[in-house]
Amino acid sequence: MLKALVLLFLAWVCFLFYAGIAVFTSGFLLTRLELTNHSICQELPGKGPLVGGGRGEPGACWTAPRFSRAVVVLIDALRFDFVQPWPDGLPAPQPFLGRLGSIQRLLEAQPQHARLYRFLADPPTTTMQRLKALTTGSLPTFIDAGSNFASYAIQEDNLIAQLNNTGKRVVFMGDDTWKDLFPGAFSEAFFFPSFNVKDLHTVDNGILEHLYPTMDRDDWDLLIAHFLGVDHCGHKHGPHHPEMAKKLNQMDQMLQTLVERLENDTLLVVAGDHGMTETGDHGGDSKPEVTAALFLYSPLPLFPRAPLKDPEVVPQVNLVPTLALLLGLPIPFGNIGEVMVDLFSREGDAQPLATALAQASAYHLNAQQVSRFLRAYSLAAQDLPPEELQHLQNLFSSASSEYERLLDQLKTEEVREADIQGLISQLRLFLRGARTACTETWARFRPARMIGGTILLASTCLLCLVTSGLTSSPDFPFHCLLLRSVAWGLAGSALLAGGLMAGGSGLEPALLCAGGAATSLMAFLWNLKSRGRPPMAIILPGPLPILVLLFLRSAALFSDSFVLAEARAAPFLLRSMSLFLVAQLHWEGRLLGGWPTAPCLSSPTASMARREGPQALGLLVGLLLCVRLSSFFHRCPEETPVCQSSPWLTPLAAMGGGQAKNLWYGACLGALGVLVLSVRFWLRRCGNLNSPAPPVLFVRWGLPLMALGTAAHWALASGSDEAPPRLQALVSGAVVGLPRAVLGLAALGLGLLLWQPVTVLVKTGASSSNPIVVPFVGPPASQADLDYVVPQIYRRMQEALRGKLAGGGGQTPMSLAAYGLGSVYSAAMVTTLALLAFPLLLLHTERISLAFLILFLQSFLLLQLLATAVGNPAGSSGPFSVPWLAISAWALTATQTFYSTGHQPVFPAIHWNAAFVGFPEGHGSSPLLPAVLVGANTFASHLLFSVGCPLLLLWPFVCEGQGSTKKKPLASGAEVEGEKEEEPLMEMRLRDAPHHFNAALLQLGLKYLFILGIQVLACVLAASILRRHLMVWKVFAPKFIFEAVGFVVSSLALLLGVALVMWVDRAVGSWFKQLILSQER
Amino acid sequence: MKDTDIKKLFYAHLFCVFSIILTTFIPSLFLEDFSILETHLTWLCICSICVTVVNVVLYLLVKPNPSSKRSSISHKISRLLKSCVYFSISCLLYHAIIVLYGAPLIELMLETFLFAVILSTFTTLPCLCLLGPNIKAWLRVFTKNGATSIWDNSLQITTVSSVIGAWLGAFPIPLDWERPWQVWPISCTLGATFGYVAGLLISPVWIYRNRKQLTYKSR
Ligand SMILES: [Zn+2]
Ligand SMILES: [Zn+2]
Repeated sequence: MLKALVLLFLAWVCFLFYAGIAVFTSGFLLTRLELTNHSICQELPGKGPLVGGGRGEPGACWTAPRFSRAVVVLIDALRFDFVQPWPDGLPAPQPFLGRLGSIQRLLEAQPQHARLYRFLADPPTTTMQRLKALTTGSLPTFIDAGSNFASYAIQEDNLIAQLNNTGKRVVFMGDDTWKDLFPGAFSEAFFFPSFNVKDLHTVDNGILEHLYPTMDRDDWDLLIAHFLGVDHCGHKHGPHHPEMAKKLNQMDQMLQTLVERLENDTLLVVAGDHGMTETGDHGGDSKPEVTAALFLYSPLPLFPRAPLKDPEVVPQVNLVPTLALLLGLPIPFGNIGEVMVDLFSREGDAQPLATALAQASAYHLNAQQVSRFLRAYSLAAQDLPPEELQHLQNLFSSASSEYERLLDQLKTEEVREADIQGLISQLRLFLRGARTACTETWARFRPARMIGGTILLASTCLLCLVTSGLTSSPDFPFHCLLLRSVAWGLAGSALLAGGLMAGGSGLEPALLCAGGAATSLMAFLWNLKSRGRPPMAIILPGPLPILVLLFLRSAALFSDSFVLAEARAAPFLLRSMSLFLVAQLHWEGRLLGGWPTAPCLSSPTASMARREGPQALGLLVGLLLCVRLSSFFHRCPEETPVCQSSPWLTPLAAMGGGQAKNLWYGACLGALGVLVLSVRFWLRRCGNLNSPAPPVLFVRWGLPLMALGTAAHWALASGSDEAPPRLQALVSGAVVGLPRAVLGLAALGLGLLLWQPVTVLVKTGASSSNPIVVPFVGPPASQADLDYVVPQIYRRMQEALRGKLAGGGGQTPMSLAAYGLGSVYSAAMVTTLALLAFPLLLLHTERISLAFLILFLQSFLLLQLLATAVGNPAGSSGPFSVPWLAISAWALTATQTFYSTGHQPVFPAIHWNAAFVGFPEGHGSSPLLPAVLVGANTFASHLLFSVGCPLLLLWPFVCEGQGSTKKKPLASGAEVEGEKEEEPLMEMRLRDAPHHFNAALLQLGLKYLFILGIQVLACVLAASILRRHLMVWKVFAPKFIFEAVGFVVSSLALLLGVALVMWVDRAVGSWFKQLILSQER
Repeated sequence: MKDTDIKKLFYAHLFCVFSIILTTFIPSLFLEDFSILETHLTWLCICSICVTVVNVVLYLLVKPNPSSKRSSISHKISRLLKSCVYFSISCLLYHAIIVLYGAPLIELMLETFLFAVILSTFTTLPCLCLLGPNIKAWLRVFTKNGATSIWDNSLQITTVSSVIGAWLGAFPIPLDWERPWQVWPISCTLGATFGYVAGLLISPVWIYRNRKQLTYKSR
């Protein structure tokens, strides 16, 4: 198999995964651009005069306020039928029916004061998104692009901000979600914890304690009370439980008391932010979830007409412009709601014209604001369909000119009411059209895409599984299958593009990719099937423990508790796996063999066991210790009294100074030093530190230099405040320069490594007494000749060296030359990893360097343990394969390291400070560089472990060499002859069988992709199945995003790692060629 | 291997299970407010003592591995002392492994240690009873072809099932059900106990069903 084919095949599989993720994302993650413009009191949203408006009046904004104060009672999950009037005498069949008698009595007794609406929420019906909608008048999605991920604070224009701007006082009591959404916006606030869904009473009782005293005071303009009991009762018991009746009775009592204390200038709004399903959950878009209740009441008559028999349907966003204009505030900039026109009448039925005019003016203001928003939005983002926008703008301008004409007419003559009504219906048409266009784009899951993406991901996983089993068969025609599939895929996507163009809809990249991926995947699977059914043994990944592990890993992603606890679950599984490995070793008698009674053990295995046994136990203990130690760098997804993040994650600069700071700094320096020294020590032990090749020189001198730069940067960054003022300029220059210098050094090192990756020392001159004889005369003619010659040369060299060694009687430095060749691939890998680690280390806070040290140590121990326990048998010459156990353990270690370097898959936990390493002044407007820096920080463990993945294949061969180096001094002179046969070829075994080598790399890549892909698939399934879950936007969706991005990073890094091994292989090939040429001369 | 042996094993195991069930009821007659969940540590102590006593008594009664040579009293005493030392070492080892597995290091030390004690009671103690303080024999029993009698086989099964039970017991801890038994280490000790009981019940059945395949070579 060709090297390029391996890379291409892996890249193709990655593409299939990407396409699946992209399609699912486009159907699941609703996105929208968040604008930060704000409406201003003194500035109308468009041109044109106002009738009856308050422009120029002191204290008034776009219009004169109708109410000076308002009380908003938000009852979480107040479904419409909870409020629906229920005939008095009848017994209620459900505990939630007819409980809110106070509302019913008001509706009957004062039809012009009170009104009930069906309040239609937009999906996602989760509290935080609904609160955003209820204050901004927009349709918040999960990712409001442009918003600040570091906090949940609302950046968009909203009612609370407008109230603050106009100097009004807002008092809040209830759900502490508001604290995150509006930090510092309330003149007085009583927050109560909302997290515990099982707790029905803390929030409600807390509000009731403060509500009435606050009502009786008059130091507020808006009072918001957010009750959670009904929602929590729904989550805990469901709506059909008697507890719900109690909760609603309590709410009824509260409303009754509230109405009695209401003053004439105050408007009462009672609303539910969303409904609930029959099981009491919410989050999706089913009818019971989106139909909440809205009840308005004023002690003064409010409505010109008696209500309709069936309550009117009002979209949730309509409350925002209505409240804004009623309280005399500007409508928030991003609002797409429409004013509730009934509330803008003049008192009494005597002036129908005045009422119509007031309504028209409110509508016109609203329409101007929406049109301004649409213009601003379409300038910033392209997701709204342009034809629709054009149509809407036309509607608006014609209505607007009609409005101006009517106003002109009003100055001179009478205007017919019918004309005004016509204008109102035009404006309404525009407003509804605008809202529909936005809803279509922002607030709709696309189940077809979600299912399609999931299927694509699942079948790609299957493909990985099947093909990874087939790689070992040498005559499997990968190239022709790949070529055919790619051709089919291109054809498929071209066909799809044609279809889309013909259909008139725009070309969407995600859809095109998915079409291509699906067709090529189908073509591949079809071809595979027509070649005969692969046996079931190939399809199942490995032995039973691996299946159990995979199942546990995937099942855990379906539980929000386990996603939150993954930082503890991943190490738990890793420990279990390594313990199991050693226990199995013992079960098979390979751990502490050698007792006389064991019948199945022959003597050679026993002797091997005697060597391996204590070593494996030591490795296990070391591994367990490392995993335990790394848990000290744990960060909590959310700071709660139960969970406290490790204090070691804060930068040293935040420490008070003094002895502790210096000690910590010393410890970090120690970690850096040990890291550099251990890499050098390992390379020296393998004999790769002797050659004069540039990468070796770089390891000798460049790595310490990088460590020095890092240390200096830390010293300056953590102590920059203490620097004397004369040195400030120097220090700030160094803070910019040092990280860049380290990065530059790392890049230089990588460049050198790519230029000359062979780190082998040859001393041909010294061994002239025993010249290497090539049995092959003439230059090698073909690749086959070369394949034959190279191992020959290698063996001859070994023999020559051995002969010298035996003759000299003792260990001379000469014998080291051979080791360098035996670990040439892993030496390049380890050097690369060390070079990558330093810039990544620099992006973290200082003390994480200890975690990085543990990371390297732990992966070393894991590799050793795996090589000891499950690695290739020493004598094998292909086909090579890395067992599933090793790959699962490696992936698990990557996950564990993600957490143990202080990360969590939630947005507020991202280390944003990483964007300022080397750029303390910020980046200007370009978002790319900070994104790369923060991404590299977040996915550092994914990056390192995926690049290092080929080590899993290489390490058993390296260990083979280590085993025999230990043995060599023990061998007596007589045994040297016998041992010649056993001389370790180490990694040259791989070169001995280049076809098997390439196949093994392909298999390794496919298996690793499979393990990662299964995790992404589980996340995708969890997010789509549980999209009604309370925690979907808080836990599952962020987990999916982190997992998906992590997959992309990991797969790219994996390709790089595999490519690096191949590059080294090529270099080794040409090195051999040169050797032959120099021998012939 | 005779069927009477299996019968003996079965009755012995049944007796063990019965004694464990009794430990959940009997103490409440003597102790006020006794319940497994609330006074968990008391129950742990009672259970481990009870299982120890029952195991030793059963060993003395049944004598599964009758040793041919008579041993002196001093030899017996030294064996007993050795056994005690081994048992405490195994407790410490289990404690270390549990801490390495992620249990808190300093807080709840007593709870963790009692968990280690009960695990030792379920695993090390039967080994001590059946095989004596002889680590080589222990290691032999836990290899693929190491079992030399049905007692060894039952030892394998009960030990592995106790450990697996304790392992499974860790799974409910992160869940947000807020049940009293999710507190460390209650779920794990309960898991270990259930695992042990299951092992006791399964092993005679398993041995009975596989009695044709089980052939033991004499030492
Ligand atoms: Zn809610
Ligand atoms: Zn809820």
